[in-house]
Amino acid sequence: MLVRILVLLYLVGAPALAQTLCQPNASNGYRVRISIKTALGNQAYEWNENEMFLFQATMAFAMRRYYKTETYNVDNIIVCNQTRRVSFWFVVISPENPTMLIPKADVEKAVSALTTRLPCRPMSNSMSRHRINNAFLLTDRTLEFLGIHPTLAEPVNPDTPPWLIVFGVVIGAVFAGIIALLVSSLLQKRRKEKGMMEDGQDEEDRQMKGVENGINLDGIYNRGFTDDDRFTKL
Amino acid sequence: MRFPKLPNLGLGDRIPSHQELERMEKEEAGDRPKWDNKTQYMLTCVGFCVGLGNVWRFPYLCQSHGGGAFMIPFLILLVLEGIPLLHLEFAIGQRLRSGSVGVWTAINPYLTGVGIASLLVSFLVGMYYNTIIAWVMWYFFNSFQNPLPWSQCPVNANLTDLVSECTRSSPVDYFWYRDTLNTSTSIGDSGGLQWWMVLCLLCAWLLLYVCCLRGIATTGKAVYVTSTLPYVVLTIFLIRGLTLKGSLDGIKFLFTPDLNELMNPSTWLDAGAQVFYSFSLAFGGLISFSSYNSVHNNCEQDAVIISIINGFTSVYSATVIYSIIGFRATERFDDCLEGNILALLNAFNLAEGSIKEGNYAESLQNLNGTFPETIQSLDLKTCDLQTFLSQGVEGTGLAFIVFTEAITKMPVSPLWSILFFIMLFCLGLSTMFGSIEGTVVPLQDLNIFPKRWPKEAITGIVCLVSFVIALIFAQSSGNYWLALFDSFAGSIPLLVIAFCEMIAVVYIYGIDRFNKDIEFMIGHKPNLFWQVTWRFVSPLIVLVIFVFYFVTKVSSNVTYIAWNPSSEDFPTLEVLEYPAWIYVIIFILAGVPSLVVPGTAIFKLIRRCCSNKNVYGAEVDTVSAKVQIQSSKFKN
Repeated sequence: MLVRILVLLYLVGAPALAQTLCQPNASNGYRVRISIKTALGNQAYEWNENEMFLFQATMAFAMRRYYKTETYNVDNIIVCNQTRRVSFWFVVISPENPTMLIPKADVEKAVSALTTRLPCRPMSNSMSRHRINNAFLLTDRTLEFLGIHPTLAEPVNPDTPPWLIVFGVVIGAVFAGIIALLVSSLLQKRRKEKGMMEDGQDEEDRQMKGVENGINLDGIYNRGFTDDDRFTKL
Repeated sequence: MRFPKLPNLGLGDRIPSHQELERMEKEEAGDRPKWDNKTQYMLTCVGFCVGLGNVWRFPYLCQSHGGGAFMIPFLILLVLEGIPLLHLEFAIGQRLRSGSVGVWTAINPYLTGVGIASLLVSFLVGMYYNTIIAWVMWYFFNSFQNPLPWSQCPVNANLTDLVSECTRSSPVDYFWYRDTLNTSTSIGDSGGLQWWMVLCLLCAWLLLYVCCLRGIATTGKAVYVTSTLPYVVLTIFLIRGLTLKGSLDGIKFLFTPDLNELMNPSTWLDAGAQVFYSFSLAFGGLISFSSYNSVHNNCEQDAVIISIINGFTSVYSATVIYSIIGFRATERFDDCLEGNILALLNAFNLAEGSIKEGNYAESLQNLNGTFPETIQSLDLKTCDLQTFLSQGVEGTGLAFIVFTEAITKMPVSPLWSILFFIMLFCLGLSTMFGSIEGTVVPLQDLNIFPKRWPKEAITGIVCLVSFVIALIFAQSSGNYWLALFDSFAGSIPLLVIAFCEMIAVVYIYGIDRFNKDIEFMIGHKPNLFWQVTWRFVSPLIVLVIFVFYFVTKVSSNVTYIAWNPSSEDFPTLEVLEYPAWIYVIIFILAGVPSLVVPGTAIFKLIRRCCSNKNVYGAEVDTVSAKVQIQSSKFKN
């Protein structure tokens, strides 16, 4: 009889107790804010009891992953103070001891990624946040755990920065262009010089024979007039 | 009645006569380069005139001086100042068949200084202009990745948060001032060379060299691409821009006329200066290009066509730029409003969608009435579309900050980024062709290098020297140096040169002779419009602009704006005063080219006076002179 009363009391009291454990600004609770319309626009779903149940289930999932030994259940996640904004508070109670709240720090560790986040790797232990977001088709910005900062993605550092590759291509083409143009200029000049040299040979031959103005002059070059040549040349 | 002109002895001996010109035309002296066809010449001139200023200076002036009303002073001064000066340079180059130094020396040996000043200005402007091209290339190289590097802030070293300099300003600001320039806090703090900038600068100068290698033989081919591609890209951007939200707001904002601005003298001054600089006058490049034409080329028609194209390009690119700025302003406005709405929703736990843009003002009023303290604590930002629209910046700020931000908000951003920077690159490169022409040809005319050195070598030396000196722009403080060069090297000297050019042609060469020359070249005498503008109107306008410019620059405290993360108003740029030693640099940039004009004349005068005695002495060496002296000895 007493046992039955105790069981009855427990069944009635536990939720009430649980409710008192979960309060706004509770020391071991987190506030969650969800912005479905911002994230999904026209395809936004409505937040109702079922969605809340999914949230509790995913939180239990996250706790299970972190505390690999203990089995958390939906009942261990207590939610309260839901608003129209879609924000609410939740606390996590231990499966063994319903009165004991899991400390804030542990909940944070279970939810967020500890190590650096790499592109989706489902087997990784640190992907709980990612899984939670995905369950609701939301992101870190639209499913906010107030107080838990989303860890930042490690910047992807390629071995060669992409700009250097483009630079290499461009400067290679430019060098090729310069060399091609300079070589062709040089070849052109050589061809011109060859052509001119052949003409030049003819002129020299003519001078040696002493032909002036088309008239053949035979005779000895008179050196007496060399000085005059120097002055008259302009 | 002959128009008064200054005495000018021996002009006929120095310039080819009309008969000689006809003979040269028929014989086709192969020594001087020639244009392959008229299209190349027109495209080169259009490319030289149409430059970065059309894209990032004109739209800003238009918007800040009363929008559509700015067209009035712009078009008036285009007709009264731009076209006459352009026609003058084309005609004199075509007539005297020489580069700037050759032309002015032929008109009068004491005017060589004008040509040398053109040479110096082309050289100095070319140096800093190519650095801007190097920056454009850096952005171009960085556009081949998704997401674009300036679309988000980088993470700091411990991976705990985003870099604070970036979060306090913006990702685009950070990428420009930190990743690109790595700018120091003042011009005195040089900060060493930035290797990535040196590489880009090297690439820019090598690319310029390959295009200018053989003078107009190579540039004539390059301009088919560099002069036409910008128009293609502008059209693509216009189509893209018009399909974006908010673009029409931008265009409306740009062209909304405010006729009161016409009363403001600075509107007219800015319009005049813009027309002047936009036409790349007084650099000597246009004279050079025109001298490669055939003698009977219709330079009057060319001048009018090119002026129209230049004016049209300014207006067209302003439309495109402001359609994109309108889009960016609308995006910013929407983001601002969204941020405010979210803050309200979060603070009052209201359902999503209960406050929208439409009922924002109303809801805010209601909430302010009931919960004023909460509203205060939220620190909501004021979102005003007009403020965002008037954030239209000019110069490098427009291209590398405002426009790049707009591009990150467009879908398929890397494509638009690549297109935009290719366009800027082509615009800049085609202007550089004119600068190099204006530097190399006078050097050849002045016989600074031995005549047998090929053009390739001289162009190579010019590019190499420019690259080495331009390394100052690759330092951390490079941006401040560039702003310095931009303000002083490319402003006052050009006005001085242009004024001297007009006085030289009208009063020293003689406007009557010039008229006859043009009649010989194109078949009819220049009409009354040209006569009036060449003799009075254009020189007067240039003089007025010069006086105002000079007075403003000299009387005001010369300051510059610096990026200083530790300043109080960060991210607003800090206004600093130049250190004292900068005034020496300013004098070198602006004073030396201007003073070279009278300086060379005085130098030549002194040399002539001194060597007059020597020349007289040299005559004694000849035999006949010896005989004369002997006889004079007996006379005494």
